[in-house]
Amino acid sequence: MRGANLAALVIFALLAATPWLAEFWGGSYLISLVMKAMILGIAALSLDLLIGHAGMVSFGHAAFVGIGAYTTGIMITEGAPDLSAILPVTIAIATAFALVTGAISLRTSGVYFIMITLAFGQMVFFTMSSLSDYGGDDGLTLWERADAFGTGLFDSDTGLFYTILATLIVVTLLLRRIVGSRFGRVLRAAKQNPTRVESMGYSVFAYRLTAYVIAGIIAALAGVLFANQSEFISPATAAWQRSGDLIIMVVLGGMGLRHGALFGALAIVLLEEGLSTLTHDWRLIFGPMLVLMVLYTKGGIAGLLEPRRDT
Amino acid sequence: MLSLVNLDKHFGALHVTDNVSLDLRPGECHALIGPNGAGKTTLIHQISGTLQPDSGQILFNGSDITALPPHRRAQAGLGRTFQITSILPEFTVLENVALAVQARRGSSFRFLRTVAKNRQINNRALECLALFTLTDRADRPASALSHGEKRLLELAIAIAGEPEALLLDEPMAGMGKEESATLTETLLTLKRDYPILLVEHDMDAVFALADRVSVLVYGQIVATGSPDEVRANPQARAAYLGDEAC
Repeated sequence: MRGANLAALVIFALLAATPWLAEFWGGSYLISLVMKAMILGIAALSLDLLIGHAGMVSFGHAAFVGIGAYTTGIMITEGAPDLSAILPVTIAIATAFALVTGAISLRTSGVYFIMITLAFGQMVFFTMSSLSDYGGDDGLTLWERADAFGTGLFDSDTGLFYTILATLIVVTLLLRRIVGSRFGRVLRAAKQNPTRVESMGYSVFAYRLTAYVIAGIIAALAGVLFANQSEFISPATAAWQRSGDLIIMVVLGGMGLRHGALFGALAIVLLEEGLSTLTHDWRLIFGPMLVLMVLYTKGGIAGLLEPRRDT
Repeated sequence: MLSLVNLDKHFGALHVTDNVSLDLRPGECHALIGPNGAGKTTLIHQISGTLQPDSGQILFNGSDITALPPHRRAQAGLGRTFQITSILPEFTVLENVALAVQARRGSSFRFLRTVAKNRQINNRALECLALFTLTDRADRPASALSHGEKRLLELAIAIAGEPEALLLDEPMAGMGKEESATLTETLLTLKRDYPILLVEHDMDAVFALADRVSVLVYGQIVATGSPDEVRANPQARAAYLGDEAC
């Protein structure tokens, strides 16, 4: 078995065992930390479809997480707390937002694409800050979690935990299928040489926009899970720093490499946590570590595990 | 087949395409020659759709494609190669061609089935590679090919798209004498199946392949005719063939 797959299997096994491990060490704190890491992993995986496979460096991906979180928070507050309502509304809003902002952003490329996605991300951030009915700048505490199709699955941390883990696994498999499909092949080709792909008869724009929508929907679903896990929504979820974190996770984990984004997300959340218990000035250690990782590991963590490029 | 009707294009004060009319007939190879800076590349860009002409029309198979974006022209059956080698370096040789085949095999908005092992697509791609003696390179990354092989791969990609006409932009560029001669042989076979608009500097290749030759100078077509007529045309000689003429 290839290194990254093996590592991923071990990680998934460890994740599945976390609620049990937490009884001996870490308790509910460990569970919520790992939930947060998995949710960020889902968002980072979706961003890797854009950065790693399509060559689209979006600096506004946290906006989609924010959209998912706010849709959830607002619907719970307004008395429509069932996922059967929350999920379709979230997907519809994320799709609409991705179509409009994607269609505009994709008129540019390179650095301009980064800047314009950042601008749209900030637009979402400020919109959320101005929602004074829902906490404005301060954010909004949710008094209950969403109702998982009437099952009460989210009432316990364990139920929510395994829902997040299952989502993570499904998203991992789904994205792998997409990357290897006809669609994914066009996307990967357009990353290398869009002119050539156009001259073969493909509308590169249409494929990239579709990828942008798919990634946006997955990130919004991560946002739904995030609102339930933290029982709190705030504009910070959609802030540009969050988008930056997601990019770092993708790059550190290994762009376009199997499970890279997941490795990156887990590594960063755990490093942050581990270092911050050691010293108050943990960023002094964290920063240089990132620099060294990027300089000396070609292809990030996943690149260390298997040198071959994923297809 | 393909007709350019009174194409005109300015870059500021520079008149790069000056009332150019040109046609490609079914079954023929029409060569476009001209000195550097004559506007050949600009013309190619207008035909393939990366540049819009200021005025004039481009007709392909009887329909007006002047306003269509490049990918729609490719769908309409206009295949092309590039002056500067344009392939997908990270893909294998097979995958380069398979992507072009895929464009002709139904929608590519299919998200879940793995395409790498699609036998229909791969078999057709292998057939195209065989035409250009690239079969044993199929599993190599395209970036590992020699320059000459990359030029062949470009042609394989163009053919895999099942074109009705081919636009070849200096296929011999950067090739040695021997390689050019081999490629000329290959193009002679291709010529039987596809009408070709050929832009080329290599005069040996042009006179071996072309049924008709047009000479472009300062954005204008100064002569069109059979290779012999063009060779004899004083204007064409002065402008381009110069002392190189036999």
